[in-house]
Amino acid sequence: MDALTNNAPLLVFMIIGTIAVAASFLVVLMRNPVHSALFLLLTFLCVAVLFVIKSAEFVAAVQVLVYAGGIMVLFLFVVMLINYRHLPEEPVMSKYWLGGIAVGAAIFLLFFTIVRTGAYHDQAPNPEKKLSTVKETYLAEHPNDPNKLVRRTREKTNRNSEAVGMALYRDYLVPFEVVSLFLLVAMIGAIVIGKRELSAMEEETAPDYMIERVETEKEVKESMSA
Amino acid sequence: MPSTAQYLMLSATLFAIGLVGVVVRRNMITVLMCIELMLNAVNINLIAFSYRLADLQGQVFTIFVITVAAGEAAVGLAIIIQLYRLRSTVNVDEVKTLHG
Repeated sequence: MDALTNNAPLLVFMIIGTIAVAASFLVVLMRNPVHSALFLLLTFLCVAVLFVIKSAEFVAAVQVLVYAGGIMVLFLFVVMLINYRHLPEEPVMSKYWLGGIAVGAAIFLLFFTIVRTGAYHDQAPNPEKKLSTVKETYLAEHPNDPNKLVRRTREKTNRNSEAVGMALYRDYLVPFEVVSLFLLVAMIGAIVIGKRELSAMEEETAPDYMIERVETEKEVKESMSA
Repeated sequence: MPSTAQYLMLSATLFAIGLVGVVVRRNMITVLMCIELMLNAVNINLIAFSYRLADLQGQVFTIFVITVAAGEAAVGLAIIIQLYRLRSTVNVDEVKTLHG
């Protein structure tokens, strides 16, 4: 127990890790998708804390913003949009549940064996320093001539976001641009797939503005294909 | 400081739970959530090794994985909405037109 109280990051890791595992269990076990989504949110936040312990502050912020902010809103939005409810007598699990649990246990055992035999102790000297230090050039007065300036570099510590930004825009510029293109393609795909076209029955009951919009869309499509 | 091995253990646990969820659950939205869980487990691994090797590469890759997860969620949810309009179901085992 002494080892835990003397080692605050380890203690935080133990507590947050337990919460994360419990919440992810509940994601799988909950009947209602809204409850699943909320427990998934808790898991994401716990994982963000784990990122901070390993001095990845920027990625933790991105995790909270993108996962907890963006993706979870998308999930909750869709769950509430389609408003699907399981009947009480309807099974939540598929009929292959036993096989699924067996596959999960096998994968876990496989990973467990690999990790246990590997020697993954923290060996790198001062990884925090390397992960959050950037070099900065600045102008200083010349030691002999007061009218001259010389270029010098100095190291700035505790700059994780800056260091990640440097890596992203300098070493990984092309992958970064490809990913932005990928996001554009995903957005267009989601819009095209999710768009609805009115059926014949719906057209009778649909309000005028909706029919008008569908007509306009058809005209645009025809003019584009012509 | 928790060791890399402990992080890998946690990540393996989360990955296995996500995998069980993908296979076991019938609701398609929950299946998509479990896929996100598995991607997150991979992110934990990348961050742990980024720290261990004192290399920013892992953190940069984590950002890419998060981006891909966002795109995947958007397209997957759009497919689910469209499927619900066509079939009025979100259960995986009731959608088997290709099964014959």
